[in-house]
Amino acid sequence: MIRNFIQQLRKTAHLARLNLTEEEEELYSKQLEEILNYFQKLQELDTSNVEPMAHVLPLNNVWREDEIKESMEKELILKNAPEIENNCFKVPKIVKNI
Amino acid sequence: MGIIKEIHNLYLKKEITVREVIEKYLKNIENWEPHVHAFLTVNLDYIEREIKRVEGLKFNEDLTLYGIPVAIKDNILTEGLLTTCASKILANFIPPYDAEVIRRLKEKGAIIIGKTNLDEFAMGSSTENSAFGPTKNPWDLERVPGGSSGGSAVAIATGESPLALGSDTGGSIRQPASFTGVIGLKPTYGLVSRYGLVAFASSLDQIGPFARKVEDLAIILQVIAGYDPKDSTSLPYSPPNYLDSLGKSVKGWKIGIPKEMWERGVEDSVLEVLDSALKVLRDLGVELIEISLPTVEYALPTYYLIATSEASSNLARYDGIHYGYRNKNQKDLISLYKVSRGEGFGSEVKRRIILGTYALSAGYYDAYYLKATKVRTLIRQDFESAFRKVDLIISPTSPVLPFRLGERIEDPLKMYLIDILTIPVNLAGIPAISVPAGFKDNLPIGLQFMGPFFSEDKLLQISYAFQKLMDFSEKYPNTVEGL
Repeated sequence: MIRNFIQQLRKTAHLARLNLTEEEEELYSKQLEEILNYFQKLQELDTSNVEPMAHVLPLNNVWREDEIKESMEKELILKNAPEIENNCFKVPKIVKNI
Repeated sequence: MGIIKEIHNLYLKKEITVREVIEKYLKNIENWEPHVHAFLTVNLDYIEREIKRVEGLKFNEDLTLYGIPVAIKDNILTEGLLTTCASKILANFIPPYDAEVIRRLKEKGAIIIGKTNLDEFAMGSSTENSAFGPTKNPWDLERVPGGSSGGSAVAIATGESPLALGSDTGGSIRQPASFTGVIGLKPTYGLVSRYGLVAFASSLDQIGPFARKVEDLAIILQVIAGYDPKDSTSLPYSPPNYLDSLGKSVKGWKIGIPKEMWERGVEDSVLEVLDSALKVLRDLGVELIEISLPTVEYALPTYYLIATSEASSNLARYDGIHYGYRNKNQKDLISLYKVSRGEGFGSEVKRRIILGTYALSAGYYDAYYLKATKVRTLIRQDFESAFRKVDLIISPTSPVLPFRLGERIEDPLKMYLIDILTIPVNLAGIPAISVPAGFKDNLPIGLQFMGPFFSEDKLLQISYAFQKLMDFSEKYPNTVEGL
Protein backbone atom coordinates (compact mmCIF):
# COMPACT_ATOMS: atom_id res chain seq x y z
CA MET A 1 0.00 0.00 0.00
CA ILE A 2 2.68 2.46 1.08
CA ARG A 3 4.82 1.50 -1.92
CA ASN A 4 1.89 2.20 -4.25
CA PHE A 5 1.39 5.53 -2.67
CA ILE A 6 5.02 6.50 -3.16
CA GLN A 7 4.47 6.03 -6.92
CA GLN A 8 1.41 8.27 -6.75
CA LEU A 9 3.31 10.79 -4.72
CA ARG A 10 6.18 10.91 -7.22
CA LYS A 11 3.74 11.46 -10.07
CA THR A 12 1.97 14.21 -8.14
CA ALA A 13 5.24 15.90 -7.18
CA HIS A 14 6.23 15.91 -10.83
CA LEU A 15 2.90 17.48 -11.81
CA ALA A 16 3.49 20.12 -9.14
CA ARG A 17 7.07 20.65 -10.36
CA LEU A 18 8.52 19.85 -6.97
CA ASN A 19 11.76 18.04 -6.38
CA LEU A 20 11.52 15.86 -3.28
CA THR A 21 14.33 14.09 -1.46
CA GLU A 22 13.96 10.41 -0.65
CA GLU A 23 13.35 11.24 3.00
CA GLU A 24 10.63 13.69 1.99
CA GLU A 25 8.99 11.11 -0.25
CA GLU A 26 8.86 8.62 2.57
CA LEU A 27 7.60 11.10 5.14
CA TYR A 28 4.99 12.69 2.89
CA SER A 29 3.59 9.44 1.62
CA LYS A 30 3.05 8.26 5.17
CA GLN A 31 1.51 11.55 6.29
CA LEU A 32 -0.60 12.12 3.20
CA GLU A 33 -2.01 8.65 3.33
CA GLU A 34 -3.10 9.25 6.91
CA ILE A 35 -4.58 12.64 6.00
CA LEU A 36 -6.42 11.28 2.97
CA ASN A 37 -7.81 8.42 5.04
CA TYR A 38 -9.19 10.93 7.50
CA PHE A 39 -10.68 12.91 4.61
CA GLN A 40 -12.67 9.81 3.58
CA LYS A 41 -15.11 11.03 6.20
CA LEU A 42 -16.64 13.28 3.55
CA GLN A 43 -17.95 10.21 1.72
CA GLU A 44 -20.42 9.72 4.60
CA LEU A 45 -22.44 12.65 3.31
CA ASP A 46 -24.84 12.23 0.43
CA THR A 47 -24.20 15.15 -1.90
CA SER A 48 -25.84 13.77 -5.04
CA ASN A 49 -28.32 16.66 -5.13
CA VAL A 50 -25.99 19.39 -3.90
CA GLU A 51 -24.51 22.08 -6.11
CA PRO A 52 -20.76 22.60 -5.69
CA MET A 53 -19.64 25.98 -4.40
CA ALA A 54 -16.31 27.35 -5.58
CA HIS A 55 -16.95 30.79 -4.20
CA VAL A 56 -19.16 32.41 -1.54
CA LEU A 57 -20.02 35.60 -3.40
CA PRO A 58 -22.92 36.25 -5.73
CA LEU A 59 -20.40 37.68 -8.20
CA ASN A 60 -19.83 36.17 -11.60
CA ASN A 61 -17.88 38.01 -14.21
CA VAL A 62 -16.64 41.40 -13.14
CA TRP A 63 -16.20 43.67 -16.12
CA ARG A 64 -14.42 46.93 -16.60
CA GLU A 65 -13.89 49.22 -19.54
CA ASP A 66 -10.98 48.22 -21.71
CA GLU A 67 -9.05 51.43 -21.19
CA ILE A 68 -5.39 51.89 -21.85
CA LYS A 69 -3.61 52.65 -18.60
CA GLU A 70 -0.03 53.08 -17.64
CA SER A 71 1.82 49.87 -16.85
CA MET A 72 4.47 49.30 -14.27
CA GLU A 73 7.95 50.27 -15.42
CA LYS A 74 9.98 47.45 -16.91
CA GLU A 75 12.80 48.11 -14.48
CA LEU A 76 10.49 47.55 -11.50
CA ILE A 77 9.07 44.37 -12.98
CA LEU A 78 12.55 42.92 -13.52
CA LYS A 79 13.93 44.13 -10.21
CA ASN A 80 13.18 40.93 -8.31
CA ALA A 81 14.11 38.51 -11.09
CA PRO A 82 16.94 36.14 -10.14
CA GLU A 83 18.56 36.34 -13.60
CA ILE A 84 17.96 38.82 -16.42
CA GLU A 85 19.67 39.59 -19.70
CA ASN A 86 18.97 42.40 -22.19
CA ASN A 87 15.97 43.52 -20.13
CA CYS A 88 14.37 40.06 -20.29
CA PHE A 89 13.83 37.20 -17.85
CA LYS A 90 16.53 34.64 -18.45
CA VAL A 91 15.65 30.92 -18.72
CA PRO A 92 17.63 27.84 -19.73
CA LYS A 93 17.60 27.14 -23.42
CA ILE A 94 14.34 25.39 -24.44
CA VAL A 95 14.84 25.04 -28.20
CA LYS A 96 17.34 22.70 -29.77
CA ASN A 97 20.24 23.85 -31.91
CA ILE A 98 19.55 23.47 -35.59
CA MET B 1 -10.73 55.22 25.67
CA GLY B 2 -8.98 53.56 22.76
CA ILE B 3 -5.22 53.79 22.30
CA ILE B 4 -5.62 55.74 19.03
CA LYS B 5 -7.75 58.37 20.75
CA GLU B 6 -5.32 58.56 23.66
CA ILE B 7 -2.38 59.23 21.31
CA HIS B 8 -4.41 61.67 19.20
CA ASN B 9 -5.36 63.66 22.32
CA LEU B 10 -1.67 64.01 23.12
CA TYR B 11 -0.97 65.15 19.54
CA LEU B 12 -3.76 67.74 19.77
CA LYS B 13 -2.38 69.10 23.03
CA LYS B 14 1.09 69.03 21.46
CA GLU B 15 2.36 67.01 24.39
CA ILE B 16 4.08 64.46 22.17
CA THR B 17 5.34 64.26 18.58
CA VAL B 18 4.86 61.53 15.99
CA ARG B 19 8.57 60.80 16.22
CA GLU B 20 8.36 60.33 20.00
CA VAL B 21 5.43 57.92 19.67
CA ILE B 22 7.24 55.84 17.07
CA GLU B 23 10.41 55.84 19.17
CA LYS B 24 8.46 54.62 22.18
CA TYR B 25 7.14 51.65 20.20
CA LEU B 26 10.58 50.97 18.70
CA LYS B 27 11.90 50.78 22.25
CA ASN B 28 9.25 48.15 23.07
CA ILE B 29 10.29 46.24 19.96
CA GLU B 30 13.94 46.39 20.97
CA ASN B 31 13.08 45.07 24.43
CA TRP B 32 10.71 42.29 23.42
CA GLU B 33 12.15 40.99 20.15
CA PRO B 34 15.03 38.94 21.60
CA HIS B 35 12.39 37.00 23.57
CA VAL B 36 9.44 36.68 21.18
CA HIS B 37 10.61 37.22 17.56
CA ALA B 38 7.33 38.74 16.39
CA PHE B 39 8.95 40.76 13.59
CA LEU B 40 10.83 39.70 10.49
CA THR B 41 11.64 43.23 9.36
CA VAL B 42 11.92 46.53 11.21
CA ASN B 43 13.64 48.88 8.77
CA LEU B 44 14.72 52.13 10.42
CA ASP B 45 15.38 53.94 7.11
CA TYR B 46 11.89 53.08 5.92
CA ILE B 47 10.41 54.21 9.24
CA GLU B 48 12.36 57.46 9.08
CA ARG B 49 10.91 58.19 5.63
CA GLU B 50 7.44 57.37 6.93
CA ILE B 51 7.82 59.66 9.95
CA LYS B 52 8.89 62.50 7.65
CA ARG B 53 5.95 61.82 5.34
CA VAL B 54 3.46 61.95 8.21
CA GLU B 55 5.12 65.00 9.76
CA GLY B 56 4.39 66.71 6.46
CA LEU B 57 0.64 66.10 6.86
CA LYS B 58 -1.53 68.46 8.83
CA PHE B 59 -3.35 66.53 11.57
CA ASN B 60 -7.12 66.67 11.10
CA GLU B 61 -10.00 64.41 12.07
CA ASP B 62 -10.11 62.80 8.63
CA LEU B 63 -6.62 61.35 9.25
CA THR B 64 -8.03 58.69 11.57
CA LEU B 65 -4.70 56.86 11.91
CA TYR B 66 -2.42 59.90 11.97
CA GLY B 67 0.91 59.01 13.57
CA ILE B 68 -0.27 55.54 14.64
CA PRO B 69 2.09 52.58 14.12
CA VAL B 70 0.68 49.49 12.43
CA ALA B 71 2.49 46.14 12.23
CA ILE B 72 1.86 44.20 9.01
CA LYS B 73 1.89 40.46 8.45
CA ASP B 74 4.71 39.69 6.04
CA ASN B 75 2.43 38.31 3.32
CA ILE B 76 0.99 41.78 2.60
CA LEU B 77 2.97 43.75 0.03
CA THR B 78 4.70 46.95 1.12
CA GLU B 79 6.38 49.00 -1.58
CA GLY B 80 10.14 49.17 -1.07
CA LEU B 81 9.97 47.10 2.13
CA LEU B 82 11.04 43.44 2.18
CA THR B 83 8.07 41.03 2.03
CA THR B 84 9.08 37.40 2.51
CA CYS B 85 5.96 35.40 3.45
CA ALA B 86 8.41 33.80 5.91
CA SER B 87 9.68 31.74 2.97
CA LYS B 88 13.15 31.16 1.68
CA ILE B 89 11.68 31.40 -1.82
CA LEU B 90 10.87 35.11 -1.24
CA ALA B 91 13.75 35.88 1.13
CA ASN B 92 14.88 38.90 -0.93
CA PHE B 93 11.59 40.05 -2.43
CA ILE B 94 11.03 43.81 -2.42
CA PRO B 95 7.53 44.60 -3.68
CA PRO B 96 7.24 47.21 -6.42
CA TYR B 97 3.82 48.33 -5.13
CA ASP B 98 1.68 48.60 -1.98
CA ALA B 99 -1.27 46.34 -1.21
CA GLU B 100 -4.56 48.25 -1.26
CA VAL B 101 -4.84 48.01 2.55
CA ILE B 102 -1.37 49.55 2.90
CA ARG B 103 -2.27 52.37 0.52
CA ARG B 104 -5.34 53.08 2.65
CA LEU B 105 -3.47 52.96 5.95
CA LYS B 106 -0.83 55.38 4.67
CA GLU B 107 -3.47 57.68 3.24
CA LYS B 108 -4.95 57.97 6.75
CA GLY B 109 -1.58 58.82 8.27
CA ALA B 110 -0.57 55.42 9.67
CA ILE B 111 3.08 54.40 9.89
CA ILE B 112 4.10 50.85 8.94
CA ILE B 113 6.40 49.96 11.82
CA GLY B 114 7.45 46.53 10.61
CA LYS B 115 6.60 43.22 9.02
CA THR B 116 5.55 40.37 11.26
CA ASN B 117 6.35 36.69 11.33
CA LEU B 118 3.99 34.00 10.07
CA ASP B 119 3.84 30.37 9.09
CA GLU B 120 5.35 30.21 5.60
CA PHE B 121 2.73 31.48 3.11
CA ALA B 122 0.27 31.55 6.03
CA MET B 123 0.19 27.74 6.12
CA GLY B 124 0.11 26.67 9.73
CA SER B 125 -1.44 27.20 13.13
CA SER B 126 1.56 27.95 15.33
CA THR B 127 4.02 30.24 13.45
CA GLU B 128 6.54 27.40 13.77
CA ASN B 129 6.57 26.97 9.98
CA SER B 130 8.45 30.23 9.43
CA ALA B 131 11.67 29.79 7.46
CA PHE B 132 13.21 32.40 9.78
CA GLY B 133 12.41 30.75 13.12
CA PRO B 134 9.27 30.63 15.27
CA THR B 135 7.54 33.38 17.22
CA LYS B 136 7.08 32.75 20.95
CA ASN B 137 3.99 33.38 23.04
CA PRO B 138 4.75 36.29 25.42
CA TRP B 139 2.52 34.74 28.11
CA ASP B 140 4.76 31.67 28.21
CA LEU B 141 7.89 31.77 26.09
CA GLU B 142 7.90 28.00 25.70
CA ARG B 143 4.53 28.04 24.00
CA VAL B 144 3.37 28.96 20.50
CA PRO B 145 1.43 32.15 19.84
CA GLY B 146 -0.86 30.38 17.37
CA GLY B 147 -0.81 31.10 13.71
CA SER B 148 -0.46 31.78 11.03
CA SER B 149 -0.55 35.51 11.94
CA GLY B 150 1.40 34.80 15.14
CA GLY B 151 3.77 37.75 14.76
CA SER B 152 0.97 40.30 14.38
CA ALA B 153 -0.90 38.93 17.39
CA VAL B 154 2.23 38.95 19.57
CA ALA B 155 3.08 42.53 18.51
CA ILE B 156 -0.25 43.61 20.04
CA ALA B 157 0.08 41.42 23.14
CA THR B 158 3.53 42.78 24.01
CA GLY B 159 2.68 46.38 23.13
CA GLU B 160 5.26 46.45 20.33
CA SER B 161 2.51 47.96 18.16
CA PRO B 162 -0.97 49.27 19.00
CA LEU B 163 -2.48 47.90 15.77
CA ALA B 164 -1.69 45.14 13.32
CA LEU B 165 -3.00 43.46 10.20
CA GLY B 166 -3.06 39.74 9.57
CA SER B 167 -4.75 37.41 7.12
CA ASP B 168 -7.24 34.67 7.93
CA THR B 169 -7.78 31.68 5.63
CA GLY B 170 -8.92 29.15 8.23
CA GLY B 171 -8.48 30.96 11.55
CA SER B 172 -5.10 32.64 11.09
CA ILE B 173 -6.23 35.89 12.74
CA ARG B 174 -8.67 34.59 15.35
CA GLN B 175 -6.67 31.66 16.74
CA PRO B 176 -3.46 33.65 17.42
CA ALA B 177 -5.62 36.45 18.85
CA SER B 178 -7.09 33.88 21.24
CA PHE B 179 -3.66 32.43 22.12
CA THR B 180 -2.17 35.86 22.91
CA GLY B 181 -5.10 37.59 24.64
CA VAL B 182 -5.92 40.22 22.01
CA ILE B 183 -8.84 40.92 19.67
CA GLY B 184 -8.73 39.70 16.08
CA LEU B 185 -11.36 40.09 13.38
CA LYS B 186 -11.85 38.09 10.19
CA PRO B 187 -14.11 40.23 8.02
CA THR B 188 -16.78 39.04 5.57
CA TYR B 189 -15.23 37.61 2.41
CA GLY B 190 -15.11 40.50 -0.05
CA LEU B 191 -15.22 43.35 2.51
CA VAL B 192 -11.48 44.05 2.52
CA SER B 193 -9.46 44.15 -0.70
CA ARG B 194 -7.03 41.28 -1.23
CA TYR B 195 -5.06 43.28 -3.80
CA GLY B 196 -1.44 42.84 -2.71
CA LEU B 197 -2.13 40.01 -0.26
CA VAL B 198 0.05 37.09 -1.33
CA ALA B 199 -2.52 34.46 -2.33
CA PHE B 200 -2.80 31.22 -0.37
CA ALA B 201 -6.41 30.05 -0.92
CA SER B 202 -8.19 32.76 -2.85
CA SER B 203 -11.78 31.81 -2.02
CA LEU B 204 -11.00 31.80 1.72
CA ASP B 205 -8.28 34.44 2.34
CA GLN B 206 -9.29 37.69 3.99
CA ILE B 207 -7.21 40.48 5.58
CA GLY B 208 -8.26 41.65 9.03
CA PRO B 209 -7.08 43.71 12.02
CA PHE B 210 -5.76 43.04 15.52
CA ALA B 211 -6.08 45.43 18.48
CA ARG B 212 -6.43 45.50 22.26
CA LYS B 213 -9.58 47.59 22.37
CA VAL B 214 -12.71 47.31 20.28
CA GLU B 215 -12.70 51.09 19.54
CA ASP B 216 -9.28 50.81 17.91
CA LEU B 217 -10.32 47.75 15.93
CA ALA B 218 -13.39 49.62 14.63
CA ILE B 219 -11.24 52.55 13.49
CA ILE B 220 -8.74 50.47 11.53
CA LEU B 221 -11.50 48.29 10.05
CA GLN B 222 -13.19 51.46 8.80
CA VAL B 223 -10.01 52.38 6.95
CA ILE B 224 -9.41 49.03 5.23
CA ALA B 225 -13.05 48.03 4.52
CA GLY B 226 -14.84 48.82 1.28
CA TYR B 227 -14.92 48.23 -2.43
CA ASP B 228 -11.72 48.08 -4.45
CA PRO B 229 -11.99 47.68 -8.23
CA LYS B 230 -8.48 46.18 -8.26
CA ASP B 231 -9.83 43.05 -6.50
CA SER B 232 -12.51 41.29 -8.58
CA THR B 233 -13.79 39.54 -5.44
CA SER B 234 -14.27 42.81 -3.58
CA LEU B 235 -17.96 43.55 -3.08
CA PRO B 236 -19.52 46.86 -4.09
CA TYR B 237 -20.71 47.59 -0.57
CA SER B 238 -20.50 50.75 1.52
CA PRO B 239 -19.63 49.95 5.11
CA PRO B 240 -21.56 51.70 7.90
CA ASN B 241 -19.78 53.89 10.44
CA TYR B 242 -18.49 51.18 12.76
CA LEU B 243 -17.92 53.51 15.72
CA ASP B 244 -21.67 54.29 15.71
CA SER B 245 -22.54 50.79 16.89
CA LEU B 246 -20.25 50.89 19.93
CA GLY B 247 -22.00 51.53 23.23
CA LYS B 248 -25.44 50.49 22.03
CA SER B 249 -27.31 47.87 24.00
CA VAL B 250 -27.35 44.24 22.92
CA LYS B 251 -30.32 43.41 25.14
CA GLY B 252 -32.66 40.87 23.63
CA TRP B 253 -30.17 39.62 21.05
CA LYS B 254 -30.40 35.91 20.38
CA ILE B 255 -27.08 34.09 20.38
CA GLY B 256 -26.78 30.52 19.20
CA ILE B 257 -24.57 27.98 20.94
CA PRO B 258 -23.91 25.19 18.45
CA LYS B 259 -23.52 22.07 20.52
CA GLU B 260 -21.12 20.58 17.96
CA MET B 261 -18.62 23.36 18.67
CA TRP B 262 -18.79 23.16 22.46
CA GLU B 263 -18.63 19.45 23.05
CA ARG B 264 -16.21 17.13 21.37
CA GLY B 265 -12.52 17.91 21.57
CA VAL B 266 -12.76 21.12 23.60
CA GLU B 267 -10.47 21.07 26.64
CA ASP B 268 -12.13 21.36 30.04
CA SER B 269 -10.03 24.36 31.03
CA VAL B 270 -11.32 26.26 27.97
CA LEU B 271 -14.93 25.39 28.79
CA GLU B 272 -14.44 26.33 32.42
CA VAL B 273 -13.16 29.81 31.60
CA LEU B 274 -15.77 30.42 28.91
CA ASP B 275 -18.51 29.50 31.36
CA SER B 276 -18.02 32.82 33.11
CA ALA B 277 -17.99 34.56 29.73
CA LEU B 278 -21.43 33.13 29.06
CA LYS B 279 -22.59 34.56 32.39
CA VAL B 280 -21.39 37.98 31.27
CA LEU B 281 -23.42 37.65 28.08
CA ARG B 282 -26.52 36.78 30.10
CA ASP B 283 -25.87 39.85 32.27
CA LEU B 284 -25.93 41.91 29.07
CA GLY B 285 -29.48 40.69 28.46
CA VAL B 286 -28.58 38.32 25.66
CA GLU B 287 -30.64 35.21 25.14
CA LEU B 288 -28.48 32.10 24.70
CA ILE B 289 -30.07 29.41 22.58
CA GLU B 290 -28.72 25.96 21.88
CA ILE B 291 -28.54 25.29 18.14
CA SER B 292 -27.10 22.64 15.88
CA LEU B 293 -24.74 22.96 12.92
CA PRO B 294 -24.66 19.29 11.93
CA THR B 295 -22.20 19.64 9.03
CA VAL B 296 -19.44 21.48 10.90
CA GLU B 297 -17.85 18.15 11.77
CA TYR B 298 -17.11 17.83 8.04
CA ALA B 299 -15.57 21.28 7.83
CA LEU B 300 -11.99 20.21 8.49
CA PRO B 301 -11.51 17.83 5.53
CA THR B 302 -13.57 20.16 3.35
CA TYR B 303 -11.32 23.06 4.24
CA TYR B 304 -8.02 21.25 3.81
CA LEU B 305 -9.05 19.91 0.39
CA ILE B 306 -10.22 23.28 -0.90
CA ALA B 307 -7.41 25.32 0.66
CA THR B 308 -4.64 23.02 -0.58
CA SER B 309 -6.18 22.75 -4.06
CA GLU B 310 -6.29 26.51 -4.38
CA ALA B 311 -2.80 26.80 -2.90
CA SER B 312 -1.32 24.31 -5.36
CA SER B 313 -2.59 26.52 -8.16
CA ASN B 314 -1.65 29.86 -6.54
CA LEU B 315 1.88 28.77 -5.66
CA ALA B 316 2.60 27.69 -9.23
CA ARG B 317 3.78 31.27 -9.77
CA TYR B 318 7.01 30.61 -7.84
CA ASP B 319 8.93 29.35 -10.83
CA GLY B 320 12.45 30.63 -10.14
CA ILE B 321 12.17 32.93 -13.14
CA HIS B 322 10.04 36.01 -12.50
CA TYR B 323 11.03 36.57 -8.88
CA GLY B 324 12.17 34.62 -5.88
CA TYR B 325 14.69 31.88 -5.26
CA ARG B 326 16.35 30.10 -8.18
CA ASN B 327 18.83 27.28 -8.25
CA LYS B 328 21.19 28.58 -10.91
CA ASN B 329 22.87 25.28 -11.81
CA GLN B 330 20.01 23.77 -13.79
CA LYS B 331 20.41 23.06 -17.48
CA ASP B 332 16.78 22.60 -18.50
CA LEU B 333 13.54 24.37 -17.65
CA ILE B 334 11.71 21.56 -15.85
CA SER B 335 14.71 20.94 -13.58
CA LEU B 336 14.94 24.66 -12.92
CA TYR B 337 11.33 24.66 -11.73
CA LYS B 338 11.60 21.48 -9.73
CA VAL B 339 14.89 22.16 -7.97
CA SER B 340 14.18 25.82 -7.25
CA ARG B 341 10.76 24.99 -5.79
CA GLY B 342 12.01 21.92 -3.97
CA GLU B 343 14.74 23.96 -2.27
CA GLY B 344 12.80 27.20 -1.85
CA PHE B 345 9.61 25.93 -0.20
CA GLY B 346 9.50 24.63 3.36
CA SER B 347 8.14 21.30 4.48
CA GLU B 348 4.50 22.24 5.19
CA VAL B 349 4.14 24.24 1.99
CA LYS B 350 5.37 21.31 -0.09
CA ARG B 351 3.05 18.95 1.75
CA ARG B 352 0.08 21.17 0.94
CA ILE B 353 1.04 21.72 -2.70
CA ILE B 354 1.20 17.96 -3.15
CA LEU B 355 -2.06 17.34 -1.31
CA GLY B 356 -3.79 20.00 -3.44
CA THR B 357 -2.30 18.79 -6.70
CA TYR B 358 -3.43 15.27 -5.81
CA ALA B 359 -6.97 16.42 -4.95
CA LEU B 360 -7.24 18.18 -8.32
CA SER B 361 -5.59 15.50 -10.45
CA ALA B 362 -7.38 13.29 -12.96
CA GLY B 363 -9.10 10.38 -11.26
CA TYR B 364 -9.27 12.05 -7.83
CA TYR B 365 -10.94 15.35 -8.66
CA ASP B 366 -14.52 14.10 -8.16
CA ALA B 367 -13.81 12.24 -4.93
CA TYR B 368 -11.82 15.03 -3.32
CA TYR B 369 -12.03 18.58 -4.68
CA LEU B 370 -15.52 18.40 -6.16
CA LYS B 371 -16.88 16.55 -3.14
CA ALA B 372 -15.42 19.20 -0.85
CA THR B 373 -17.03 22.05 -2.79
CA LYS B 374 -20.39 20.31 -2.43
CA VAL B 375 -19.98 19.83 1.30
CA ARG B 376 -19.03 23.50 1.45
CA THR B 377 -22.50 24.30 0.12
CA LEU B 378 -24.03 22.26 2.94
CA ILE B 379 -21.93 24.01 5.58
CA ARG B 380 -22.95 27.38 4.27
CA GLN B 381 -26.61 26.33 4.27
CA ASP B 382 -26.25 25.24 7.91
CA PHE B 383 -25.12 28.73 8.87
CA GLU B 384 -27.83 30.35 6.76
CA SER B 385 -30.58 28.42 8.51
CA ALA B 386 -29.01 29.09 11.92
CA PHE B 387 -28.98 32.84 11.26
CA ARG B 388 -32.71 32.72 10.56
CA LYS B 389 -33.12 31.82 14.23
CA VAL B 390 -30.33 33.74 15.97
CA ASP B 391 -28.47 37.04 15.52
CA LEU B 392 -25.01 35.66 16.23
CA ILE B 393 -23.32 32.36 17.02
CA ILE B 394 -20.60 31.77 19.61
CA SER B 395 -17.95 29.15 20.23
CA PRO B 396 -14.52 28.85 21.78
CA THR B 397 -12.00 30.25 19.27
CA SER B 398 -9.63 27.35 19.89
CA PRO B 399 -10.44 23.96 21.40
CA VAL B 400 -7.13 24.00 23.29
CA LEU B 401 -4.87 26.32 25.29
CA PRO B 402 -1.68 27.58 23.63
CA PHE B 403 0.47 24.47 23.24
CA ARG B 404 4.22 24.00 23.57
CA LEU B 405 6.63 24.62 20.72
CA GLY B 406 7.31 21.31 18.98
CA GLU B 407 4.28 19.63 20.53
CA ARG B 408 2.31 19.20 17.29
CA ILE B 409 4.66 20.12 14.47
CA GLU B 410 5.67 16.52 13.68
CA ASP B 411 2.08 15.43 13.14
CA PRO B 412 0.32 17.53 10.46
CA LEU B 413 -3.14 16.08 11.08
CA LYS B 414 -2.89 16.86 14.79
CA MET B 415 -1.95 20.43 13.86
CA TYR B 416 -4.81 20.73 11.36
CA LEU B 417 -7.32 19.69 14.02
CA ILE B 418 -6.50 22.84 15.99
CA ASP B 419 -8.43 24.85 13.39
CA ILE B 420 -11.64 22.93 13.80
CA LEU B 421 -13.64 25.81 15.33
CA THR B 422 -12.42 28.60 13.07
CA ILE B 423 -12.51 27.09 9.57
CA PRO B 424 -16.31 26.74 9.18
CA VAL B 425 -16.44 30.55 9.12
CA ASN B 426 -14.08 30.84 6.13
CA LEU B 427 -15.93 28.15 4.22
CA ALA B 428 -19.20 30.06 4.72
CA GLY B 429 -17.55 33.42 3.96
CA ILE B 430 -19.03 35.05 7.08
CA PRO B 431 -17.26 37.37 9.54
CA ALA B 432 -16.09 36.38 13.03
CA ILE B 433 -14.17 37.94 15.88
CA SER B 434 -12.13 36.50 18.74
CA VAL B 435 -12.31 38.45 21.99
CA PRO B 436 -10.23 37.71 25.12
CA ALA B 437 -12.54 36.02 27.60
CA GLY B 438 -10.26 34.93 30.43
CA PHE B 439 -7.08 33.21 31.49
CA LYS B 440 -6.16 29.75 32.71
CA ASP B 441 -2.76 29.48 34.46
CA ASN B 442 -1.78 32.83 32.92
CA LEU B 443 -2.64 31.58 29.40
CA PRO B 444 -5.27 33.53 27.45
CA ILE B 445 -8.52 32.08 26.12
CA GLY B 446 -10.66 33.67 23.41
CA LEU B 447 -14.38 33.63 22.68
CA GLN B 448 -15.46 33.62 19.03
CA PHE B 449 -18.53 35.51 17.82
CA MET B 450 -19.75 34.66 14.31
CA GLY B 451 -22.33 36.65 12.36
CA PRO B 452 -24.08 36.69 8.99
CA PHE B 453 -22.58 38.44 5.94
CA PHE B 454 -21.59 42.05 6.66
CA SER B 455 -22.49 41.89 10.37
CA GLU B 456 -19.16 43.48 11.39
CA ASP B 457 -21.10 46.31 13.07
CA LYS B 458 -22.96 43.78 15.23
CA LEU B 459 -19.78 41.84 16.03
CA LEU B 460 -18.12 45.06 17.16
CA GLN B 461 -21.20 46.10 19.13
CA ILE B 462 -21.31 42.89 21.17
CA SER B 463 -17.53 42.75 21.56
CA TYR B 464 -17.57 46.30 22.90
CA ALA B 465 -20.35 45.51 25.37
CA PHE B 466 -18.54 42.33 26.40
CA GLN B 467 -15.20 44.10 26.85
CA LYS B 468 -16.88 46.70 29.10
CA LEU B 469 -17.67 43.93 31.58
CA MET B 470 -14.70 41.66 30.92
CA ASP B 471 -11.77 43.88 30.14
CA PHE B 472 -8.28 42.42 29.66
CA SER B 473 -7.08 45.26 27.43
CA GLU B 474 -4.77 46.67 30.13
CA LYS B 475 -3.31 43.29 31.02
CA TYR B 476 0.20 42.76 29.63
CA PRO B 477 2.40 39.65 29.82
CA ASN B 478 5.11 39.76 32.50
CA THR B 479 7.25 36.80 31.48
CA VAL B 480 10.30 38.95 30.86
CA GLU B 481 11.74 40.66 33.90
CA GLY B 482 11.81 44.42 33.72
CA LEU B 483 9.28 44.68 30.86
